[in-house]
Amino acid sequence: MTNERWIKAAPWLWTIGLFVVWEAACKGLDIAVFILPAPTDIWAAIVKYWSPIWKNSLQTLFTTTVGFLLAVVGGLALGLAIGWSRAIYAGLYPLMIGFNSIPKVAVVPILVIWFGIGTVPAVLTAFLIAFFPIVVNVATGLATIEPEMEDVLRALGAKKMDIMLKVGIPRSMPYFFGSLKIAITLAFVGSVISETVAANAGIGHMMLAAQSQFNVPLVWAGLVALAVLGIVMYAAMAWLEMRMTGWAHRSGRN
Amino acid sequence: MTGFVDLNNIRLAYDGGDGTLALDGLTMAVQKGEFAAVVGPSGCGKSTLMKLATGLIRPQAGTVEVAGKEVDGPVSVAGMAFQNPSMLPWRTTLKNVMLPLEIVQPHRRRLKSEYESYVARAESLLEVVGLKGFGDKFPWQLSGGMQQRANLCRALIHDPALLMLDEPFGALDAFTREELWQVMRDLHAEKGFTVILVTHDLREAVFLADRVFVMSARPGRIIVERQVEFPRPRPIDLTYDGDFNDIVHELRGHIAEARAAA
Ligand SMILES: Nc1ncnc2c1ncn2[C@@H]1O[C@H](COP(=O)(O)OP(=O)(O)OP(=O)(O)O)[C@@H](O)[C@H]1O
Ligand SMILES: [Mg+2]
Repeated sequence: MTNERWIKAAPWLWTIGLFVVWEAACKGLDIAVFILPAPTDIWAAIVKYWSPIWKNSLQTLFTTTVGFLLAVVGGLALGLAIGWSRAIYAGLYPLMIGFNSIPKVAVVPILVIWFGIGTVPAVLTAFLIAFFPIVVNVATGLATIEPEMEDVLRALGAKKMDIMLKVGIPRSMPYFFGSLKIAITLAFVGSVISETVAANAGIGHMMLAAQSQFNVPLVWAGLVALAVLGIVMYAAMAWLEMRMTGWAHRSGRN
Repeated sequence: MTGFVDLNNIRLAYDGGDGTLALDGLTMAVQKGEFAAVVGPSGCGKSTLMKLATGLIRPQAGTVEVAGKEVDGPVSVAGMAFQNPSMLPWRTTLKNVMLPLEIVQPHRRRLKSEYESYVARAESLLEVVGLKGFGDKFPWQLSGGMQQRANLCRALIHDPALLMLDEPFGALDAFTREELWQVMRDLHAEKGFTVILVTHDLREAVFLADRVFVMSARPGRIIVERQVEFPRPRPIDLTYDGDFNDIVHELRGHIAEARAAA
């Protein structure tokens, strides 16, 4: 095989390698399933509990996606507002820093008081946690317009709106799409946290329930489901980023 | 005073008047159709002068008039080009060149309905600067010199009456620079716009300009105005001429003095 193909194959080889070592360690050292189930035990659990895993995965996927979409809309809007006006920036920035420094898990009890346990707190936690990086990235893209470009346009009589539409917004798109990868991961964290604390559906809830029944392989099966979901969502965002802002990658290359 | 661009006893300090005093007592008048060059020590306020004349900033004292009107905001009769080509990487070269048409009236209004003729106009400009056939390339597919050519086209696409150039050839190699001097010379002869060119290159100033303004060290003002009488069109060989070099030498002396005085 050529070097290129080794590199292509590397992620798969390492993943398979990890599982092989894991399996061998569990079997060789005779580790109790209760401590660390072997991959084959986890696989057996996935097959056995396929239906609940699938249903709960869909629920988690649903809360994550809805929270994420809200974060995209809200983050884009607030990011544009902050990048638009220095007054809005000055006023909101300290608030946002303060807000962002609150661990979002601490907000879940309040959401439960307001909305009861279930889907809504999960969606909102995902939203709250995912929306900050989008705001920051969009605002950064707008704030870093080259002053010379702005001068060229303003000297032509361009209004602020023109500059935003022609330069600011296209320019902030790579930042925006780049932030989606981070945001979707965070949204996922948010909804799983909320499901673990206050829900009756979702992977987080399923894992908690499995734990209370000492069904350790199912807990681990839940982790695997989370990993798969996480990778899929991340990959979707990476693909979207590549699709939408290819120019930024190509122009960065030379 | 009478001139197309009139700067009268300008005083300008940054940061609302508390910051660096960039210009003080600066007076200059550029006639319609004239090619003016501005030279001076680094940091003397040349770029500031450009922003003033286009209305991007307002002076603390003195008046700025362009085309007989007091400037109280950005003047849209101007086209600008800087040392940094600042092309938008998500637009093709052609679309970059056409950007001012999306902003300046009456083109903005007509752009949709007369799109074809505007494209033809942009393409013919690209051809003049030697970029024929590169319109559909993205800026990052062009060399620095080619981007600078496109930058010139963008400054000219809306047929500005006033062209403001801030060291546009500063980052180019000597051959490209000389080639673009000739392009500028021909465009100026053909279209008859007024030009203010800021440059560090005295040969460039003398070759292109009808008049060279020398600025003092900061706070900047005009200390010398040197008329350059060579007949037009000027051949590039002129730059190796004895008389030509005498003027370059003379200007160099003025700038050295201005620097020493600082
Ligand atoms: N946006 C700004 N805010 C504050 N001070 C500024 C600003 N722009 C320029 N200055 C100051 O004004 C002075 C003149 O700057 P300017 O850019 O006009 O000089 P210049 O003659 O164009 O210099 P160079 O030849 O290096 O391009 C400098 O001392 C600079 O520090
Ligand atoms: Mg300058």
